[in-house]
Amino acid sequence: MKRRKFIKYNAVISGGALAGGALLPELMANEEVLKVAQDHAAAEKMVRVGCPAHNCGGRCLLKVFVREGVIVKIETDDRPGDSVADPQLRACLRGRAYRHRQYHADRLKYPMKRVGKRGDGKFERISWDEATDLMAENLRRIKEKYGNESIYVPYGTGSYNQINGRSTASRLVNLMGGALGYYNSYSWACISKATPYVFGTNISGNQRQDWVNAKYILMWGWNPSEMRDGTNSEFFVKKARESGAKVVCIDPRMTLSAVGLADEWIPIRPGTDVALMSAMAYVMITKDLYDKDFVARCCIGFDASQMPPGYEKEESYKDYILGTHDGEPKTPAWAEKITSIPRDTIIRIAREYATTKPGVLYQGYGMQRRAYGEQPVRGGCVLAAITGNVGVSGGWASGLALQAKDGGPLWTVFPSLSNPVKARIPTFLWTEAVTRGTELTEKEGLTGTDRLKNNIKLIWAVASNAIINQHGNVNRTAEIMQDESLVEFFAVQDNFITPTAKFADLLLPACTQFETWGVEDGWKYGDEVILMPKIVDPPWETKSDYRICADIAGKLGLEDAYTEGKTEKEWVAQFIETFRQARFPEIPELHKFEKTNQGVYSVPVKKPAVAFEEFRKAPSKHPLPTPSGKVEIFSPRLFDMNNPSEIPAIPKYITEWESPFGEESQQFPLQVIGPHYMPRVHSTHDNVDWLSEAFPQRVFINPLDAEQRGVKNGEKVKVFNKRGTVVLACRLTNRILPGVVAIPQGAWWEPNEQGEDEGGCVNTLTSERWTPLAFGNAQHTIMAQMERYENG
Amino acid sequence: MRMDESIPIKRVAFYFNSEVCSGCKTCQIACKDKNNLGKGIHWRRVYEITAGYWEKDGDAWRPNILAYNISMACNHCENPICMHACPTKAIAKEENGIVTIDPDKCIGCKYCAWTCPYSALQFDEASGLMTKCDMCHDYVAEGKRPSCVDACPTRALDFGEYDELVAKYGETEHLHPLPDQKVTRPSMLIRPHKDALKELNNTAKISNLEEIKDESDA
Repeated sequence: MKRRKFIKYNAVISGGALAGGALLPELMANEEVLKVAQDHAAAEKMVRVGCPAHNCGGRCLLKVFVREGVIVKIETDDRPGDSVADPQLRACLRGRAYRHRQYHADRLKYPMKRVGKRGDGKFERISWDEATDLMAENLRRIKEKYGNESIYVPYGTGSYNQINGRSTASRLVNLMGGALGYYNSYSWACISKATPYVFGTNISGNQRQDWVNAKYILMWGWNPSEMRDGTNSEFFVKKARESGAKVVCIDPRMTLSAVGLADEWIPIRPGTDVALMSAMAYVMITKDLYDKDFVARCCIGFDASQMPPGYEKEESYKDYILGTHDGEPKTPAWAEKITSIPRDTIIRIAREYATTKPGVLYQGYGMQRRAYGEQPVRGGCVLAAITGNVGVSGGWASGLALQAKDGGPLWTVFPSLSNPVKARIPTFLWTEAVTRGTELTEKEGLTGTDRLKNNIKLIWAVASNAIINQHGNVNRTAEIMQDESLVEFFAVQDNFITPTAKFADLLLPACTQFETWGVEDGWKYGDEVILMPKIVDPPWETKSDYRICADIAGKLGLEDAYTEGKTEKEWVAQFIETFRQARFPEIPELHKFEKTNQGVYSVPVKKPAVAFEEFRKAPSKHPLPTPSGKVEIFSPRLFDMNNPSEIPAIPKYITEWESPFGEESQQFPLQVIGPHYMPRVHSTHDNVDWLSEAFPQRVFINPLDAEQRGVKNGEKVKVFNKRGTVVLACRLTNRILPGVVAIPQGAWWEPNEQGEDEGGCVNTLTSERWTPLAFGNAQHTIMAQMERYENG
Repeated sequence: MRMDESIPIKRVAFYFNSEVCSGCKTCQIACKDKNNLGKGIHWRRVYEITAGYWEKDGDAWRPNILAYNISMACNHCENPICMHACPTKAIAKEENGIVTIDPDKCIGCKYCAWTCPYSALQFDEASGLMTKCDMCHDYVAEGKRPSCVDACPTRALDFGEYDELVAKYGETEHLHPLPDQKVTRPSMLIRPHKDALKELNNTAKISNLEEIKDESDA
């Protein structure tokens, strides 16, 4: 009997992951293989489960086939129907390739502690008892010596369902007196800050099914095919086209979305979106194409006639566009010089968007991760307003566009509890809080306190590669983290030894989301709840994030308070109740839900909600939550900040601090952008061979720029500026504007002996400088030079 | 193998809508997962086709660029020249039209790969044998569709009886840079991308060979 099982297991292996080169035998010792095999019935079972959540924009459904405790195949949602109202939640290649992440030989298997210099990546195996002791001791020591404000659980989205990742650690630190808090994200700092200055809220989006009612869609720096801004966003755009919408993509790159979804691609120089927006407004104003009725009824600050009381003499939007105050009319010819878009194209697009109604101007998030990222956010909202596309079916108000009416998915249901420490920093400024935390003031975004009592002294990164790999200026961050007098203790909890984990003092091995219970309810969009039953056992000594935190809590005498006696699954049962109360009154209880093996509970969207619909009909009866109750094209709140050159009261084009128009371009003439990449979710999946084979890490270069530098397709190049050097292969492509190179973000930093990064991590070149209003990351604002790599 | 010569060979086929294909390669990965394909073997693969040039116009750039994708597996041709080329008769066309390789007969000589104009046949270093898309014939036998077809996030792929697909989507014209269909009569219909209908398409080339790397392309 035993022998039969073993043979069968071998059959699984050779039929299973062997194609990757005898993968499984490398992963588990034979005894462990046998144990797993014996613990499970011989039959293959299929479980419908949410695709492991890593902060892509999608939340999809998988059908996972398990044989003898091993995942042997992954399929996706096959529910019949597949309508616009209730479409299948089809996973992308990242979910479909998950077995090669799950069964990767490099999985972090045991707790380990550092033995070499910090950052050298040398560790030795320790027991869980020692690991949890070490964690508890350091939490206790740092708290006593420096206070709770010096403890930090940073931003990180590597494990992002409702009972995994950083929120599990937040709950524990909050139970022990709290930690320094943060606000903002690396994704949306500017758009989430700036949208409410226009509309008073971030809930500015119609439900996506409404796109099929649009006649015109501007995908402005928006690439849903690649970043999956909501499962099925690309499917809905396709359906809109089938219903007759024209789709235009404005982007420095001819993206996957531009090819698969758009009728036309308009390349734009990065960082100049507001110049194009302003010139489009110029055409609309001078050719009388804007919606006068909507502007008069629903907006303030458009022209001198509707400036708010006390600001009558200030520059209105129309003043800026016509150049009344600054003497510079924002004509298509003016914008052509800045954006590199031909003036006739600008005029045509302005006319099309203003007259083909209703229309959607969808703003991607890349253009707000830039020097003055607040401006294109507000600029897009203003264009949507003056074309009268706000509050109508088929239109789109622009801005962050959380979905009407309720704001959509809940983001965090796991009770991480309230933080007794009220001090918070902007998430992008954590290195400042490490190096000079006690000097920070409200001018650098510190809230909840006038001053911090201490710098950050302990970091506990859970599912976060944002310390090193994903933060601006890796070389600087690495130097900060190497200094043991700054951060005295650094723990990393993850599935792999990421570039961040290499700097850890303590490594805590977390299992994957297939190996514990979870639940998800959409990302930005979604009208469904997806179950994530535990489908295989955690291998080696890995544990769930929740279990790891509970064990550490035990060492601090807080286990009962932490767990409330609940397992992961019992928490999920409780969250189902939370979802029932908040959004899904008909959702079945967990035991019934689980029994059906449907995996997903969805609510068909037959009549999509439209944001600001009532406001548009009766603005005085249903005012916006802005101070004026109207769409604030001119913002008195921003005017009062008294920083007009960086925080203007109306959206303006501002030349970036590193740009092709500054002196720095003499030495560093190329703009570098770090777009999201098809094979990765940020830095997750970078080590999955199926994915990196399909989409290798490369720098994408226009042939004209390559020719000037004697670079041929596929050759190794170095891309460099004053902050660092990246060495990687190049792909020559006409699908990028001359003068711009793209290094997809998220590749793992891998410095060689000369300090050159051979992993292709774009943050080797990026800056830690933050945006003026949101204190957000401006990581796409980079100038650099490129040449052939001769040392290779 | 054909069991009964009296039953007419059916013709199952793929349909691919290039117009809505982003090139995300979910089809390719779904295939690799279903069939446990190692590195370098792509029973279904996605070709990026591009052409064009940039024009400087004062301060402006005018792109004259085209780009589209072709997702392709084995086309299970009506005239499978791979089958004719095989010296050991390892390749056969089954009753439903699916072209298969019998691993017990294949000697890995690669003759088939040299004849196939679509690079469908791929050598597996591990087994020393030729491999290719079998149209998920286990799924087809169960009445399901091939794995790639149900994977596509934009629903660009379809599967069915060739004549029914023609009735649904229309005939496919020859398109550069694909081989002329007359040679092998592929059981595949393509709705061309709008860019493939431009005159510039006559100069179009596959531009992502480094992502495909199968031997016949190298």
